Amino acid sequence: MSDLFDILLSVSFWAAAIRIASPLIFATMGELICERAGVLNLGIEGIMVIGAFAGWMAVYLGAPLWLGVTAAMAAGMLFGLLHATLTVPFGLSQHVVGLGVTMLATSTSYFAYRLALPEVTSPPKITPFAPMDLPVLSDIPFFGPVLFQQTALTWAALICAGLVGFVLFRTPLGLAVRAAGENPAAVEAQGLSVTGLRMGAVIVGSGLMAVGGSFLTLSAFSSFFFEMVNGRGWICIALVVFGAWRPGKAVLGALLFAAFDALQIRLQQTPLGAHLPYQAFLMAPYLLSILALILMSRRAEVPAALMVPYRKGER
Amino acid sequence: MRLDPIAAPSLRRQIGLPALALLATIAVAMMLALIAGANPLATLGLIAKGAVGSKFAALETLNRATPLIFTGLAVAVAFRAKLWNIGAEAQLYAGAIVAVLLGTGVLGAPLVLPVSALAAMLAGALVLLGPVMLKTRLGVDEVVTTLLLNFVMLLFVSYLLEGPMKDPMGMGWPKSAALVKEARLPRIVDGLRLHWGFALALIAAVAVWVIQTRSTLGFEMRAVGQNREAARFAGMPVNVVLVKTALLSGGLAALAGWSEVAGLKGHLSSDLSPGFGYTGIIVAMLALLHPLGVVLSALFVAAIFVGSDSMSRAAGVPTYIADMLLATALLFMVLALMLTRYRVVWK
Repeated sequence: MSDLFDILLSVSFWAAAIRIASPLIFATMGELICERAGVLNLGIEGIMVIGAFAGWMAVYLGAPLWLGVTAAMAAGMLFGLLHATLTVPFGLSQHVVGLGVTMLATSTSYFAYRLALPEVTSPPKITPFAPMDLPVLSDIPFFGPVLFQQTALTWAALICAGLVGFVLFRTPLGLAVRAAGENPAAVEAQGLSVTGLRMGAVIVGSGLMAVGGSFLTLSAFSSFFFEMVNGRGWICIALVVFGAWRPGKAVLGALLFAAFDALQIRLQQTPLGAHLPYQAFLMAPYLLSILALILMSRRAEVPAALMVPYRKGER
Repeated sequence: MRLDPIAAPSLRRQIGLPALALLATIAVAMMLALIAGANPLATLGLIAKGAVGSKFAALETLNRATPLIFTGLAVAVAFRAKLWNIGAEAQLYAGAIVAVLLGTGVLGAPLVLPVSALAAMLAGALVLLGPVMLKTRLGVDEVVTTLLLNFVMLLFVSYLLEGPMKDPMGMGWPKSAALVKEARLPRIVDGLRLHWGFALALIAAVAVWVIQTRSTLGFEMRAVGQNREAARFAGMPVNVVLVKTALLSGGLAALAGWSEVAGLKGHLSSDLSPGFGYTGIIVAMLALLHPLGVVLSALFVAAIFVGSDSMSRAAGVPTYIADMLLATALLFMVLALMLTRYRVVWK
């Protein structure tokens, strides 16, 4: 028990929680935008992979780090365009297209990686984002290391979440996007294009998912390796539900989830870890996601037109 | 752009568009070969040769198709009822675990194969039952829960292989002890590397086809898939139908793992399946969810995988080209199928 308190009071635990939450926040915001507009984007897992790969590859080829993030975003938006084209104007099954996009984006990353680096045995490294060193702020005890010694990309994630919340709930554009996911016929009656809004939301959302993926290669680790996304995309879908499709709650969920993840890693080092197999700890995040879905199932306010393709004049 | 439904699609449209989707996939294959610096036509030739060019290659393709028929059937059965089972991978491993549990000396000769096959199906069914109960009772989306369970199951297998199921003679490799001889599926023909799992997969496909076309359950599954509300209104026990569908689907996926262990590998390791559960989705979709079509599309998908492996060694094009092509084929095919029923009107 005292081990648990030691962990919960340690600076490194809270710093790790925020670090682990960062890619999830980006990707969860991306998925949230798509779903608010009425499109379930199961491409998320693969789009995170292509983001991790494209960002890393760009930097490996000599681009500055922020250009790497941009490359990741562009790659994500490209696959978002594919997803949006097939699911919005053509109205194909969002389940099948999403899984197809995940498979395509993942295999494209692996194919391109093997093509670019056929012979490597250990993945090459790049110099990732360095932790920020702000005057005064970074030196505050506890809060300094936890909040102000994160990388710039972590701050970008938090700012991004604020921005998504602002645009979705405080601007006419956000209102239109949300309406496209609740009552598309009403949007059309206003003279706005449901197709345009939904496609835009999926493309932008996919861009954010890819940036989330690039956090893994450009900030958390310094190389790209296969299966590094490891279900994070699916967890983000659970986080959107857990956050009841609200950006603030979703960020809170991501932080909670990340804290739990940081905790399970640290608990493995304690006497508890000697009694339980390490796999039990690694399972915990996935089981926790399922539990979150169960807890929220009664209260969730699902966007009314989620997964319902819109065809003008029908119904 | 607008989509106008076509009342009676012409045969030309129904055959032409899917054929076009396949041609487009081949075009993508050639483009990828070109990007990889290989000769496009030679690459296609090498894939074909590697898949069916020799007796050894063809048997390898049949072996690879075996688990894909099972997972393809599992997905087809579930998707037909609009039950989104993306967890065939987890159910597959459940079946594989049972094959080891009952196949390493607990049971004797005549009983072991049928008992462990049935137990494997039960285990797979139970793995899917959880998410389906959550769906029918609490409305929890089964896509995410079945996906997440895949990761949980892989970790569980890893635990078993490093703990209670670890082969003491395994030289430190995380794999299970070998199955006893009586628990192994024999080869169909002596000397040829093809086991009875393949025949069993064909039987399963026919059985599923019979269930779907000749039984009340098959009718109910279709009705629930076409319009859940209408089925409920017509007095069908929708939730019961979904649970039955799940049991069938999970059981079929488990047979994939069971037959890989009992027929091909003889033991369990955590790399037993290179994503057969996920590939089953492609197999099922390419087959238009038709159980007999699943056999053909599993053979096609297996040929692409086996052929690409062999082509990759010869031409140096990364083997991930297979996954790219199949994902492309999937997307082209769903688009083509929609276009057989709708006409695109630009205005």
